[in-house]
Amino acid sequence: MTTGSTGGDGLLLEVAGLEALLAALRRHGYGLVGPRVRDGAVVYDTLGSVADLPAGWTDEQEAGRYRLVRRNDAALFGFGLGPHSWKRFLFPPSTVLWHARRADGGFEVVAETPPAAPLALVGVRPCELAALAVQDRVLLGGPWADPDYRARREALFVVAVHCTRPGATCFCASLGTGPRAPSGFDLALTEIPRPDGPAFLLETGTAAGEALAAEVPCRPASDAERREAESAVAAAAGAMGRALDPQAARGALGTAWESPRWEAVARRCLACGNCTLVCPTCFCSTVEDTSDLAGETAARTRRWDTCFGVGFSYVHGGSVRTSVAARYRQWITHKLATWHEQFGTCGCVGCGRCITWCPAGIDITEEARAVAGRSAGRGAS
Amino acid sequence: MSASLEEASAAVADAARSPDPMRTTPCRVRRVLRETADTFTLVLEPPGGSLGFAPGQFDMLYAFGAGEVPISISGDPGVPEVLVHTIRAVGSVTRMMQRLRPGDRVGVRGPFGTSWPVDLAHGHDVVVIAGGIGLAPLRPALLHLLAHRGLYGRLVLLYGARTPKDILFPRDLREWRGRFDVAVEVTVDRASPDWQGAVGVVTRLVDRAPFDPGSTLGLVCGPEVMIRFAVAALERRGVPSSEIHVSLERNMKCAVGLCGHCQMGPVFVCRDGPVFPYERVRPFFGLREV
Repeated sequence: MTTGSTGGDGLLLEVAGLEALLAALRRHGYGLVGPRVRDGAVVYDTLGSVADLPAGWTDEQEAGRYRLVRRNDAALFGFGLGPHSWKRFLFPPSTVLWHARRADGGFEVVAETPPAAPLALVGVRPCELAALAVQDRVLLGGPWADPDYRARREALFVVAVHCTRPGATCFCASLGTGPRAPSGFDLALTEIPRPDGPAFLLETGTAAGEALAAEVPCRPASDAERREAESAVAAAAGAMGRALDPQAARGALGTAWESPRWEAVARRCLACGNCTLVCPTCFCSTVEDTSDLAGETAARTRRWDTCFGVGFSYVHGGSVRTSVAARYRQWITHKLATWHEQFGTCGCVGCGRCITWCPAGIDITEEARAVAGRSAGRGAS
Repeated sequence: MSASLEEASAAVADAARSPDPMRTTPCRVRRVLRETADTFTLVLEPPGGSLGFAPGQFDMLYAFGAGEVPISISGDPGVPEVLVHTIRAVGSVTRMMQRLRPGDRVGVRGPFGTSWPVDLAHGHDVVVIAGGIGLAPLRPALLHLLAHRGLYGRLVLLYGARTPKDILFPRDLREWRGRFDVAVEVTVDRASPDWQGAVGVVTRLVDRAPFDPGSTLGLVCGPEVMIRFAVAALERRGVPSSEIHVSLERNMKCAVGLCGHCQMGPVFVCRDGPVFPYERVRPFFGLREV
C-alpha cells in the first residue's frame, strides 16, 4: 500500500482508508455530513467516523412504503435514498435572512452572517449530484443569486458514491442522471462489497479532491477491481424499479392543462406536501416576519414552502389554485415541463423519493405516463 | 422608452442585483395621502436619494415586524427623489401601513420587474385601460406619456371603479380631463345619485374611444377578468394582440424569481413581469387556476 498516490481514476481504498479520508477532511476544517440510521430510516446528519455509517443496512421501498432491512454483508453504502436530501444543508428548511431593531425613530437592518464551517458531504449519489446542479441553476444561475446558498455551495466538498444499489422507486437511469456521475464531485467512491468489509474504488474529480486523496492511504486498483466496480454500477442501471421519458413527459405536460387526469389524481392526493419536502430540487420558499412583544426587534426567516398549500398562491380575494387538482398539476407540470423553459433542464432527477414518501403512493412516473397517454388533454397553446 | 428611462432601468437593475436582494432598506415616510376609504398613498424618501424606476415596476414594502407586500410604484418617473406607492388596505400588513405617519419608516426592496414599453408607442396612439387599484401602476406611465406628449399620437385613458367614491387620483383625473391632448373616460359599476358619468364595465368604453386601431399600443391593468375582456375589446376594435401589454398580480415573497410563488405556467410574474406582452401570457388566460 502506498500513501499519497495521486492522479488517475483507479485507486483502491479500504475501510481504514475511508476513515483516514474523513479524518483528513476534518483536519482541513470541514464539518462532515453523511448517511446514518435514525428513526427507522437512513438520514443525513453529522458524521463522527466510519462507524456512524449505516453498515449492513439496506431498505425496501415502494410507492408509499419504506422499511430498513439488514444486508448479509457490512456494506457502508448498500442502501437506497432515504427521506433527506442534501438540499437541507445548502438551502436549509429554515434560515434567518436578517434581523432588524428600532433605532433613531426608525429601524436598522442587520444581515445574518453566513455559516462559518464549510461542509463535506459524504455519500452523495449521482442523482443527488444532478439535483445539486439543478439547484445551482435555480438559485445561482438567474439574474439574482441567493447569497446564502452561494456561500454554502462554494465552501462545499463533495464525496460522491456511484450507485450500486438502486431502489424500486428509482429511475435516474431513464433521466440520464445516474447511476454513475461523470463529474460534479471532488472525490467519488464505488463500493465493492467483500465478506470481510467493503473496499472502494476512488476517483478524483477536482484538484481539491486530488490533494485530499494524496493524504489518504490507498493503492492503485487492479484491472479486476476496476472491472468489478464498473460492472456493479452497470448492473445498477438495469435494476431501476421505475422509468420516465423526460421528453415525452415534457411534451405531454406542456399541453395537458385541461387533462381529466388531474381530477383523478386529486381524488388520491392529500395535498400534504411530502413530495416537495423530500424532493432534492423543489426550491419554493416563503418568508416569515416576526417581532418581539415590545416591538423593538424583528427578524425575517425564510422557510421551505410547498405549492400544495392552498395559501401558496394567495392574493387579496383568494388563492389562484384552490383545487387539489390544480395544485398537483402545478407541481408535476413545473417539475417535468415548465422547469425546462425556466432553467434549461428537467426539474426531476429520478431519485424516486416523492413516490416512496407519498402517503397515498402517487407515482410521478405513472402520472406522467397517464397524462402522455391521453389525447383528451387540450393544450394551452 | 426614452434614453433617460433606459438608463434608469439599467441603474435599477444594477442596484437590485446588489449582493443580497432580500435585504430591505428603511425609508422615511414623508407624507401619507388618503385616496379613498380603503386606499392611501405613501410618499417615501429613500436614503441617499432615489435609484429611479421605470413605469410599471414595483417595490417590496416592509412594515416593521409585520411583513412585506409587493406594491407597484405609482409616482412620477420624472420625480425620482421620492418613492410613491398607492396601497389598498386589505390585509394585516397593508392595514398597518395605513396607520403610518410622517417620520415613520418603511422597508423598501426594489424596484423590481418589467415596465410598460412606452418607447414602442413613439408616433402611435396609446390606450390605457385601468380597473380599480390597477390605475396605480399605470399612473407613472401616464405621467411619462404626458411629460413627453409630443412623441405620441392620440392618448386615451379608460378607467373603471366600483363606485364614484372608489375613484383613485381624482386630482390627476381632473387635471387630465382639462387637457385637450388626452381623452379621459371614467365609468363606475354602481353609481351614486350625484354621478353624471358612465355606468358599466370599463371594457364597454373601448368601442367608442378615439384611437387608430392599426397604430395603437394598449396598456391594461386591473382584475384578471377585466384584463381578459379589455384585451378582447381592443382586439375587436382591430388592435393586434402583439400591441397589447398587461400587468399581472400574483403572490410574491422574494420578487427576484427565487421563491416560486408567482409562477403562471413557465413565467415568474415578479421577474418576467409584472408587465407582459399579452401574447406571452395569453395561453394561460383562458385556463382555470393556473
